[in-house]
Amino acid sequence: MTTLQPPIFPRMPRGRRDQRRYTERPSSDGLLGRAVVQSFVKLDPRLTARNPVMFVVWCGTLVTLAATLEPRLFELSPEAPGRGFNALLSLILLATLLFANFAEALAEGRGKAQADALRRTQASTQARRLLPDGSEALVDSSALRRGDQVCVSQGEMIPADGEVVDGVAAVDESAITGESAPVLKEAGSDVASSVTGGTRVVSDMLLIRITADPGKGFIDRMIALVEGAERSKTPNEIALTVLLAVLTQVFLIAVATLPPVAAYIDSPTPVVVLVALLVALIPTTIGGLLSAIGIAGMDRVAQFNVIATSGRAVEACGDITTLVLDKTGTITLGNRLAEEFLPVGGHSERELATTAHAASWFDNTPEGKSIVRLAEKLDAVTALPMDTATGLEFSARTRMSGTDLADGNELRKGAVEAIKGFVRSRGGTVPADLDEAYERVSRLGGTPLAVCWNAEIHGVIYLKDIIKPGMRERFDQLRRMGIRSVMLTGDNAITAGVIAREAGVDDFIAEATPEDKIAVIQAEQRLGRLVAMTGDGTNDAPALAQANVGVAMNSGTQAAKEAANMVDLDSDPTKLIDIVTIGKQLLITRGALTTFSIANDVAKYFAILPALFGKAGLAPLNLMGLASPQSAILSAMVFNALIIPALVPLALKGVAFRPSTADQLLRRNLLVYGLGGLVVPFIGIKLIDLAVSALRLV
Amino acid sequence: MTDLFQVVVFVALVLATAPVLGKHLFQVFDGQPQPLFDRWLTPLENGVLRLVGERGRPAEQAWDYLRPLLLSNLLFGLLALAFLLLQPPWLNPQGLPPMRWDTALHTAISFLTNTDQQHYTPEQSLSDLSQLGALQFLFFTSAATGLAVGFAFIRGLCGRPLGNFNSDLIRAITRVLIPLSFLFALVLLVNGAPMTLAGPVTLKTLEGADQILVRGPVAGYEAIKQIGENGGGFFGANSAHPFENPNPFTNLLAMVAMFAVPAATIDAFGRFLGNRRQATLLLLLVTVLFLALAAVAIGAEQSGNPLLAAWLSGPNLEGKEVRFGAGITALFATITTGSMTGAVNGAMDSLLPLGGLVPLFNLFLQVIFGGQGTGVAYLLVFLILTVFLTGLMVGRTPELFGRKVEKGEIVWSSLILLIHPLFVLVPAAITLAYAPTLSGISNPGSHGISQVVYEYASASANNGSGFEGLGDGTLWWNLSTIVSLLGGRYLPIAALLLLAAGFARKTKVPPGPGTLATDTALFTMVTGVVILILGALTFFPVLALGPIAEAFSLIGAP
Repeated sequence: MTTLQPPIFPRMPRGRRDQRRYTERPSSDGLLGRAVVQSFVKLDPRLTARNPVMFVVWCGTLVTLAATLEPRLFELSPEAPGRGFNALLSLILLATLLFANFAEALAEGRGKAQADALRRTQASTQARRLLPDGSEALVDSSALRRGDQVCVSQGEMIPADGEVVDGVAAVDESAITGESAPVLKEAGSDVASSVTGGTRVVSDMLLIRITADPGKGFIDRMIALVEGAERSKTPNEIALTVLLAVLTQVFLIAVATLPPVAAYIDSPTPVVVLVALLVALIPTTIGGLLSAIGIAGMDRVAQFNVIATSGRAVEACGDITTLVLDKTGTITLGNRLAEEFLPVGGHSERELATTAHAASWFDNTPEGKSIVRLAEKLDAVTALPMDTATGLEFSARTRMSGTDLADGNELRKGAVEAIKGFVRSRGGTVPADLDEAYERVSRLGGTPLAVCWNAEIHGVIYLKDIIKPGMRERFDQLRRMGIRSVMLTGDNAITAGVIAREAGVDDFIAEATPEDKIAVIQAEQRLGRLVAMTGDGTNDAPALAQANVGVAMNSGTQAAKEAANMVDLDSDPTKLIDIVTIGKQLLITRGALTTFSIANDVAKYFAILPALFGKAGLAPLNLMGLASPQSAILSAMVFNALIIPALVPLALKGVAFRPSTADQLLRRNLLVYGLGGLVVPFIGIKLIDLAVSALRLV
Repeated sequence: MTDLFQVVVFVALVLATAPVLGKHLFQVFDGQPQPLFDRWLTPLENGVLRLVGERGRPAEQAWDYLRPLLLSNLLFGLLALAFLLLQPPWLNPQGLPPMRWDTALHTAISFLTNTDQQHYTPEQSLSDLSQLGALQFLFFTSAATGLAVGFAFIRGLCGRPLGNFNSDLIRAITRVLIPLSFLFALVLLVNGAPMTLAGPVTLKTLEGADQILVRGPVAGYEAIKQIGENGGGFFGANSAHPFENPNPFTNLLAMVAMFAVPAATIDAFGRFLGNRRQATLLLLLVTVLFLALAAVAIGAEQSGNPLLAAWLSGPNLEGKEVRFGAGITALFATITTGSMTGAVNGAMDSLLPLGGLVPLFNLFLQVIFGGQGTGVAYLLVFLILTVFLTGLMVGRTPELFGRKVEKGEIVWSSLILLIHPLFVLVPAAITLAYAPTLSGISNPGSHGISQVVYEYASASANNGSGFEGLGDGTLWWNLSTIVSLLGGRYLPIAALLLLAAGFARKTKVPPGPGTLATDTALFTMVTGVVILILGALTFFPVLALGPIAEAFSLIGAP
């Protein structure tokens, strides 16, 4: 075995958001080229038919194309527009379709590039499968099944998702997280024992039990998601599509019934101009960008190093009203470290440290290890026969752990209340100064752990909690967005209160058991609130599933990751704020572009109707003073087409969102997209008209 | 000046009565004790309900409310149809023969749907028995059906079960329509409206010729005609006839009567919601929209016809009842089309282009106070659509009154948007395509378009007024408007009930700082813009080809 690398601790969430690195954007070489090709591929009517608005444009293009080939196909009137006009109109309509396709292709392309990068990590590898007799067999990674055990040593790729059964090693997870510093993986630890297929062991060796069948692993899910293969429309997207489809039908009726009405007053209505009017009126802007907005939203989530299982989950984030957070690992740094021994009942510090050392002998948790380290620093190593003793694992129910000696002595450490109960059940008494020590630790915001030897309490260990930097600002931001934060902790009420105050959360629940988490979430949900929760431990899984949005940390267990609908690859629980922002941006972008699209219709009416019905005496409606009827129609259509690529960056990036009240947001967006939607096309169409008539296009 | 005074008094009366009547409506439809009424009416109502085998269970599904509604309406319609088709000699002082089948069918359906389009001249076609037994009977039931739907919809939006249709129908008649129309009828009687079953009188005119003056039970008929937003006249001249509308005072009351119930329904909605501010803002919104439209109509009629300016200055008096004048007639026209009543005190056909545009616009929007019960429902549908569009812009799944607006709500709301163009524009286009054979248009050109579109808009909006001048007593008109009448009435009712039932089942979300407040001035203004854009965009081309083109032709634009 090679020399050990310096000890590497699991990554800590990095500081301020602007300093945080995003996954490098997949290379955008050829992205545009591919998107252009895709824009033409997507002209396939089977694909276009999925979008009712654009399908109408598609059909309209066919009509104008036919009229280009034979201008007298639909009308016999000599005044009907000529071939040149029809050809220009067909070109503009085709461009409208291509622009919409391009927007979608561009959004998809970015996801695809990301998926390709991921897929490269997935190249089939050889795995050393452990056979029941202890020997190893070399198999292809695709042959591995759930429950198999494999051995992976330095330099080898982990063949599939799994849990570490044995060994300690540093793993390079940069393929999925983009973070180059290796991560420590070891058995028995709740947070550091899960490994992901496609990552590489850079030191030592791990024995891994496979937890995912081929094709169902984490990276597979990720690929499917960023590629948009499994993209199903979100409820809100469906509702909007319904509205757009009905608006399209309404305008179809309005335009289709025009010819007889106009004919009654001897005003001819050339079919191509009716097509132009229809395409101008139906909401092509939002219709063309709708899917791009959705895909881009998922893509942005992925860029934040978060994997969402569905667009629905991202959108639900925008609606979250309550955020339930674990204290440990979320608000405070994951590992509480033993800081001090506080003896009670006349025991000495050394006596307490020695007992604590023995009680923590079998404890693999970081806390347990830190107690052992602190005791060893004080030179208080136990002399008890530990080889014959058995360890008692911590359980959330008993809230204590310890060591049972072969001679029947029981050593326990755990929550103070739990140890009190234990001591009383053994007929012991609680020393008077215990509560004093307990409160002292609590007031410091630390976690007190009581230690006892059979029925005798020796003292309290002060486990120090460190609040992550920048938490207070985060919670302030959440509050401005209308999200209430609730901290859940197994700590006593005093400790919890101190931490809650320091971190700035709105509410806390102390001495919480895993069942409490679900109860809290359900209680909030009964009030009609939408709850998001972050968690990492196996015992968080039910609560993650119960919450409307469950975000599991990538460092968490497989069970937690499977129950959640999002996985944060950086294991930074406060990133929920970013996801909430993206969810809100998605909805805002959709609403803003719909409003813009509908408001545009007013100007288009004033461009096309006077041009179409000049003979019927509507020429005075030509408020913009457009040069000629044909130039007016073409200008309106060119505007209608150009506005789509003009808004693509907005659709992909999302409308800017600053945490503020609903009223402020409404005011601002109405001004920009509502009023803007009314005014911009008047200016745009006039400018295009000037250009069209200057170029003598018609 | 008098016009302005009338407008101010009118609006003041409507806004003043709204909370009083609104409280009463709330008590009636919330089933609260009303000592004044309960003592006499409760046994009566229960008796009637027992008679039809109604146990008074509230509807759980939309269908539970819709089924008795459709059944009862079918029954009412058949009953009225029988009266019109048979027209027996009883209470038939003029010995009028039965109606032609298609006119009878059209009349029965038109009155059943609270529309009251009249493709006949009442005093020459209907006996007192038909006027009372068929038409006045339908006045009550159709208005009560509308009110019941309106309050079922309100209950649903406020998260309650829809209620029981039969009970709502009865209570609407016994506690709202009968008391109000009884009071109004007394006032009309005092002011000279006849109330008699005696036949016509024959008079000698000054010139010595014989004139037959038809009389009848007019006062009672007229009262519910206005209160119930029905609008079908006892006489062909409708509210321009001195027996129906004796003087300017009754004219003012008739105008208030048309807006009283829909305004009060909006107020009652606020009480159901427990947020009266929301209702007040909506009431103000429609009042402002109404005032703007009334200003256009009155302005157009008062300034007169520009083509005649060389010879004749002053207002456009063609087709006006000179007792009221051009301004008041325009005001009446704005109210009667805004409220889906359809009673007229002048000839709509003679309004100037812009004066005629206003009623047409009202018929397209259907919310400027709107129909009995359905007006507030349509207004709330627009509120739902506004919340959906703008709610997205604050970055949350849109919510209205604490419940999420999702696919179901959007499907039913946008279906309601689709119904009106479908039943107005499609038949109008067909009629105009075969204009020489079908239409019976009296004025060709743009005005002819207005006449045809108006007829279908009036049918589909269940208004009933007409650009008379149209020869509409034909088989084509009778049958084609029936389609618009039925489609414009029962499809939206079904959609409204389905929307409300689905909405009521959703869990309520408590409001927070991220919730979009709908009871603000800003949001109400946005709702107004959405109403104008969504409601009018579809109809802008026909408005342009009809009244707008006609207006340009009058001012001699190129």
